[in-house]
Amino acid sequence: MKIVNVTHGSFYAIGAYAAASLTAAYLARGFPPMLSYAVLVVAAIVVAAPFAIAIERVILRFMYARDEVVILLATYALFLILEDVIKLIWGVNPYFIAEPYALLGSFQVADMAYPTYNLLLVAAALVFGGGLAWLLHSTRAGKLLVAVIHDPEVSRAMGVNVGRYYLATFLLGSLLAALAGAFTAPTVSVVPGLGVDVIVLSFAVVVIGGLGSLPGAALGAVIVGIVRSLSVHYMPQLELFVIYFVMAAVLAVRPRGLFSLAEPRKI
Amino acid sequence: MRRDRTVAVIGTAFVALAAGGPWLPQWAMFIATVAFARGLVALGLVLLLRAGLISFGQALFYCLGAYTAGALGRFYGVSDIFIEMLVGGAVAALVAFIIGFLLARYRGIFFGLLSLALSMILYGLLVKTEALGSTDGFNIAPSTLFGVRPPPEWVRYSVLVSAAAVAAAAALIVHRYLQTPLGRLAPAIKDNEIRVEYMGASARKAVHVKYVIAGALAGVGGALAATAVGHIDPDMAYWTTSGEFIFITILAGTGSVVAPFVGALIYGSIHTLAYGLSPNTWQMSLGLALLVLIVFLPEGLWSLATRHARRT
Repeated sequence: MKIVNVTHGSFYAIGAYAAASLTAAYLARGFPPMLSYAVLVVAAIVVAAPFAIAIERVILRFMYARDEVVILLATYALFLILEDVIKLIWGVNPYFIAEPYALLGSFQVADMAYPTYNLLLVAAALVFGGGLAWLLHSTRAGKLLVAVIHDPEVSRAMGVNVGRYYLATFLLGSLLAALAGAFTAPTVSVVPGLGVDVIVLSFAVVVIGGLGSLPGAALGAVIVGIVRSLSVHYMPQLELFVIYFVMAAVLAVRPRGLFSLAEPRKI
Repeated sequence: MRRDRTVAVIGTAFVALAAGGPWLPQWAMFIATVAFARGLVALGLVLLLRAGLISFGQALFYCLGAYTAGALGRFYGVSDIFIEMLVGGAVAALVAFIIGFLLARYRGIFFGLLSLALSMILYGLLVKTEALGSTDGFNIAPSTLFGVRPPPEWVRYSVLVSAAAVAAAAALIVHRYLQTPLGRLAPAIKDNEIRVEYMGASARKAVHVKYVIAGALAGVGGALAATAVGHIDPDMAYWTTSGEFIFITILAGTGSVVAPFVGALIYGSIHTLAYGLSPNTWQMSLGLALLVLIVFLPEGLWSLATRHARRT
């Protein structure tokens, strides 16, 4: 949508909080623990969706015509607001739900134990990435969406309800962020400031891959993940530094990221 | 054409502050000093914003200036406020000059995100550096003035007047710079870079120069903030600090070199007020204020003044 959305981090945090608190409540009632995965997903979607719709309809809708930089600032303002809304709703104490993580146990690869839940996460990431690619390139709605992003005015002239597509895109993106938060929640403690860390990291991922490119984002995520693990293993003090160093290095060679399309210059 | 009253305004404000300063309460002096420090950074952002560039990493130079001032006091025993500001600004300018070669090639979102990344690199390094206090940072000795240590009840006032003097000088220099051909190129770069190149000017060089000036200003501001607060920590390089500076710049608008300082003062007041009223939701108040500004006053508060002047 040509929007750099800082509120994405907030949705990640909202998803994590919703999943953690509701799943904890669910498990406390003694319902079957195997179903807690479904609760994770549903909780994140149900809580995050109203936020996303409200933000798009009430505020962002009026921003599309403005500069990219103005939109960036507007989402930054929303991010500040949401940070405090999260604190108001869930308080500042950390939440833990380790049950879904511990439930699956782990398996042995050579000498090392590897948690099955993490493997599940990788599978989920593949499914969502593949699903998104299929949605964009092989369905009518997806193709229309690409057209709307490319040129909203012509799309409108062709009779496409542009506003609805913007809403759908924003909602979909936000829900994905919330789901990511929900899936991560069992592996970490959910504390305030969760959104800040993830937004800075995911910007690095997206910029390495090239803004607006799905394969780019996937490759960027893999690069950042590997580089970060290597750094944590060999030089832990350089962890943050290394990620941004890679990002700066990629941008120095390919100014618009790895998978970027050529852009015509406007005279 | 209207007469340019900027120089007169800056001069009058400085004299009024220096004369009335001793009667201000201590907390007001502190808020004003920090506002001058933030205003200096915002002044640099105004320069960049006029060329259509928004730096999400000005905290890099702010923090660099602060740590330079801190290191001077800690390792070399220098506590003179002017030397600290001078060296802080110089170090920041040097770093800005070097990374400018990389950054001057980018525009729009990429410029913002790359500068953000660079400031986060500094944050990451500082957090992991034990010698400089890691996440806790360290304290800075109270400042002296040309080798004289002012009596304790006058420290705040002397720092305030030094800050005002430096801020006034910086504002005048930038005001002058905006009238040179290189300074006037900024709106043209914002509008259409290729046409600028056709005129025979180098947009890249102009951006580079602006970036170095903005970096130096932020460095001076950081050194000033360090001596005023008496403590520095890596959070000064965190991206939310850069966000604050952008907030101030948007609040003030890019219409005048005085605007950033007024904006910083208002920001400091809002911040203190919001924090006092509701310690847990001050971020929300700030976010709401920023949102309202973007929607209703896209040119900043300064546009209220100029709009009024145009009508009369």
